[in-house]
Amino acid sequence: MKKIILTLLSFAAHAHAQQRPDIIGVIMGSQKAVIAVPDMRGAGRASGFMDLLNGTLFRDLDDAAIFKMAPKSMYPTRVPQQPQDFRRPLQYDPNNRNAAPWLQDWSDPPVNSDYLAFGYAAEQDGQIVLFGWLFNVRQPDVAAAQVIGKIYFGPLDEAGARKVAHEFAADILKQFGVQSLAGSKVYFVSNRSGNKEIWSMDYDGAGQKQITSYKSISTMPAVSPDGSRIAFTSWALGQPQILVHSLETLRRIPFLNPRAGTNQNASYTADGKQIAFSSSASGFSQIYMANADGSGIRRLTNTRAVEVEPKINPKTGNEIVFVSGRGGGSPQVYRMNSDGADVQRLTTGEGQATNPSWNPQGTHIAFAWTRGYDPGNFNVFVMDVNTREFVQLTSGAGRNENPTWAPDGKHIVFSSDRGGRGQIWSMLADGSQLRQLTSAGINEKPAWSK
Amino acid sequence: MTTKKANALALALCLSFFAAGCKKKVGVPPPPMAVKAPEMPKGVAIARPIVKFFTAEPSTIERGQASSLKWEITGAENVSINQGLGVVGNAAAGGATPAVISGNRSVFPSATTTYTLTATNSGGAVTEAVTVSVTAPPAVTQTATPTPAKASFGEIIAREIQDVFFDFDKSDVREDARNILTQNSDKLKTIFRDYPNGNVTIEGHADERGSAEYNLGLGDRRATAAINFLVQLGVSADRLRPLSYGKERPQCTDNSETCWQKNRRAHFTGQ
Repeated sequence: MKKIILTLLSFAAHAHAQQRPDIIGVIMGSQKAVIAVPDMRGAGRASGFMDLLNGTLFRDLDDAAIFKMAPKSMYPTRVPQQPQDFRRPLQYDPNNRNAAPWLQDWSDPPVNSDYLAFGYAAEQDGQIVLFGWLFNVRQPDVAAAQVIGKIYFGPLDEAGARKVAHEFAADILKQFGVQSLAGSKVYFVSNRSGNKEIWSMDYDGAGQKQITSYKSISTMPAVSPDGSRIAFTSWALGQPQILVHSLETLRRIPFLNPRAGTNQNASYTADGKQIAFSSSASGFSQIYMANADGSGIRRLTNTRAVEVEPKINPKTGNEIVFVSGRGGGSPQVYRMNSDGADVQRLTTGEGQATNPSWNPQGTHIAFAWTRGYDPGNFNVFVMDVNTREFVQLTSGAGRNENPTWAPDGKHIVFSSDRGGRGQIWSMLADGSQLRQLTSAGINEKPAWSK
Repeated sequence: MTTKKANALALALCLSFFAAGCKKKVGVPPPPMAVKAPEMPKGVAIARPIVKFFTAEPSTIERGQASSLKWEITGAENVSINQGLGVVGNAAAGGATPAVISGNRSVFPSATTTYTLTATNSGGAVTEAVTVSVTAPPAVTQTATPTPAKASFGEIIAREIQDVFFDFDKSDVREDARNILTQNSDKLKTIFRDYPNGNVTIEGHADERGSAEYNLGLGDRRATAAINFLVQLGVSADRLRPLSYGKERPQCTDNSETCWQKNRRAHFTGQ
């Protein structure tokens, strides 16, 4: 069943990809370098952690979406473990099994790789030690080929194996001007403890931790751009209100809620000094801005409609997207200037459009829309805010909501009930590379932070 | 024309105007379906409408549950049901006669109630009645305590004050909700007199189909709309507090209109 769904998905993604080169091309870039990442071997007690180490390294590099991963089945049989293993042959013969490894093994067909990440791990003084190299195999000799040669240390356990793999991957990505997602966190809401609480995890789903324990309903998290604070909506004090926690001490820090039945959907400006949110102080949920502690509140919209989910452009700071029922029909996504002027509807007016979120470049939004489907059957869309062109990233697989962008601007994390229950998934912004990140309880409202 | 006649005519005009005004407010029932039917020979007396069926399913419910009224009438110009449901169908103007009017409506009576359907046309009126029997929910096992002195405020509110229901994506107070809120306002005024320290929270709920964020705003709006209606009828505003749950605390989780309707509600609790 799962296979069928995945096949359908990839078919759908493919079908969409053909109609929409522009938006996705802009986001994803093109011309990818090919990299080969053969499995490394481990000595002594390190050998027990090599599957995890190799898997983590491969996935970090693959996930970054800047490489084309050379197919493993094409790898040569002679795999180097350190630079000394390379020996220039007198006459290169790829079929000579007795010959030492050489650069052309990797750069020639069928591998056709540009880069090779290799190395080995060992146990040293109760630690795991990873010796990692990155070679440009198109270079004529070993000295010119070496891009990275570095040693990584970690505790001799699963966390240590992950740590050294993440660090090696991050160094490789840095060579290509890309910040690794490995250090980034995804905050989300889970009911696995019996109540909806805020949780966090690594970008790949590892290390899931509970952040709040109000034993109420705590949901809709937003992280300050420096990653030091998290604002969310909670019933812990009675009516739904905005609460702010320090992510350093995990303690609550003051936020002055206006007197209202509902205050919700806090989101930060790029400098972290202001918060936009929705408050029903006027009798209708409307968009407001305040200082990060809730002081200095000012109202931005003035309608007799429900208006929620304000999101401030992280790049320019002078533009806000939000969701409003002001058209009289189902809610749609709108934009306005950060002082509330020049309101324009971005979505077409069809279906219900919700959950807008800016990419880090401030050019595109991801959002959930029922366009073409029954009420409630949301799919993830991406829109170029200037041209209003949009593309659909998910289809025919459950209810897909709350897309938010990774710091790299290429990944999107969202919630989907395609497997039966709501879980957190990640994908590339072209709809490919789907990964399920959670499985315990019901999980929703992901927010990706640096 | 005598003054008396003129007055009667004015009254009739006035009444028909009001009746027309009422019709417009009823937005819930499905549009009457006009079907092709043999032309009635002209000059023959018009037959009275025929009620093909008028049923309540289930006919026995526990308090708090819903029963579905269903009807189909041929030849009627106007169909109404008492108990506050009002006009539930009209023959389309200029449509074929006899028209078929059918429809359904969920009702949530708190006690055994007889619903009388009246179908009229110029030939006369036909009525048909169904009774929805309401049983008390299974009794909570009571420990052997002496007769409780006085029910708590929360118990009184839970027992006396009924939920009101809303249309999809709307926070307008519907016709049926006006009737319930009017009853609620009378009861609340009395209860607030008897319990000077009690306050009431009006929970606003939504069905699962919108986003959690929008539904939270919508639930707040529903609670506030119910509060505004009660305050207009003289209930003390400072004893009513909105509490939106959006779609976070559903009554049921089925993927059906019956369940969605149950969740689009304002619910009253006493503190």
